[in-house]
Amino acid sequence: MRVGLGRPIFGQYIRLFMKVKILAFGIAKDIVGGKAGAMEFSENATITQVKEALTEKYPDFDKLAKFSIAVNESYQEDTYVIKEGDELVIIPPVSGG
Amino acid sequence: MCLVYIYRQIDMDHLTDKEYQRYARHFNLPDFGIEAQRKLKTSKVLVVGAGGLGSPVILYLAAAGIGTIGIIDPDVVSLSNLQRQVLYRDEDIDQKKVTLAANQIRSINPHIKVNTYDTHLNNNNALDIINEYDIVADGTDNFPTRYLVNDACVISGKMNVYASIYQFEGQVSVFNYQNDDGTRGPHYRDIYPDPPAPGLVPDCATGGVLGVLAGIVGTQQALEVIKLASGIGEPLAGRLLLYDALTSETRIIKLQIKSHTEVSELVNYRDFCGVVPDTIENNSQDMKEITVQELKQWKDEGKDFQLIDVREQHEYDFANLGGELIPLGDIMARSEEVSTEKEVVLMCRSGQRSGAALSALQQQGDYNLFNLKGGYLAWAAEIDTSLPRY
Repeated sequence: MRVGLGRPIFGQYIRLFMKVKILAFGIAKDIVGGKAGAMEFSENATITQVKEALTEKYPDFDKLAKFSIAVNESYQEDTYVIKEGDELVIIPPVSGG
Repeated sequence: MCLVYIYRQIDMDHLTDKEYQRYARHFNLPDFGIEAQRKLKTSKVLVVGAGGLGSPVILYLAAAGIGTIGIIDPDVVSLSNLQRQVLYRDEDIDQKKVTLAANQIRSINPHIKVNTYDTHLNNNNALDIINEYDIVADGTDNFPTRYLVNDACVISGKMNVYASIYQFEGQVSVFNYQNDDGTRGPHYRDIYPDPPAPGLVPDCATGGVLGVLAGIVGTQQALEVIKLASGIGEPLAGRLLLYDALTSETRIIKLQIKSHTEVSELVNYRDFCGVVPDTIENNSQDMKEITVQELKQWKDEGKDFQLIDVREQHEYDFANLGGELIPLGDIMARSEEVSTEKEVVLMCRSGQRSGAALSALQQQGDYNLFNLKGGYLAWAAEIDTSLPRY
């Protein structure tokens, strides 16, 4: 999946898109249909854009209210700019005890 | 006066000969020793929920010598608890969990004090109960109580050792940790400011849980309590531990160092989470209930009504009362199957999920809905005792 504006150069997306790893926990695993995956974003995409893209592709994310995303094992604010190769972890709440 | 006071202080954390023998394996540990053991003895820990997580937490805190352990839980033991709730035995079915748990740990360690609260933690009692303790261990099984425990701990200035489980995954963290500069570490609302939509995240009854996972995550939770109480090591403050039983992988996510979210008062957690958390408190005027005796009468009279079973397929296959199966997760998508003409009785195992279904449907349209009080379990106990219980 590619998000954001991009321009093919010599028939390929060069440098305009970057690939990040997505790791899903809890109910997010059910929503995206797997534990691990990859997504592509345009350069300088923020966490906000990642959340928008996820919600667009998987509308159930909307029901999670404000879900948090960790980048490379640290929680990040919505304004955080992601980089090529980042690992994004989606950790929805769980209530079982 | 002064001497008497000092004497009492010493006496409070004094370890008897028996206690020295009992905790001998702790004393040779580097950085632990007698001092840390005395700290455990003077610690007061409240365990909220004596279920899957509560079982290992309560057992290990008692064995380790936490001086005062409070246990709060309103439930009785049911057969489906025993796959993970290792505090209880087959012969304990239908008995009060807090009483059983207290007896069990008193027999493990007679040197500790145990307080039991046979009730839900709620807005009326939370602050009073939590104020009696130094540390809270949250092992509850629903979102409203998670937020209540968190907020009550933040308001009372208590550290909250949090753990929760789902299917094959667990989370552990230490919330509201007191930093050296007096500030507080992040808490539940810093990670989850708003609850998920009701019904989106299944509980253990609906989504299932691997029994041994409760043991692994619960002992991690007990470990964090023991670290806080004894002052050893680095607690999971400002960090969230994620455990995946299927890959045996543990990840630690760094949170902020300080809390960003203010909590000043308790709110209505049922409304906040948009759910009807338990049948006992479902006395609200907008929810009509029907007893199993009344349902039996309706059936015997041949009354024309619709019975909808909102449990899962495997539960329905195990045993059912002849209702139409629409699992809770599908109820809104299949709401056209719910009659607007007839009286509709919603049922599940205990009345909790059907209560949630009723609330959700009621907001959606004009139905004549009744919740079956006590659910399948009440029917199996009072009407048809030949039915299996689970």
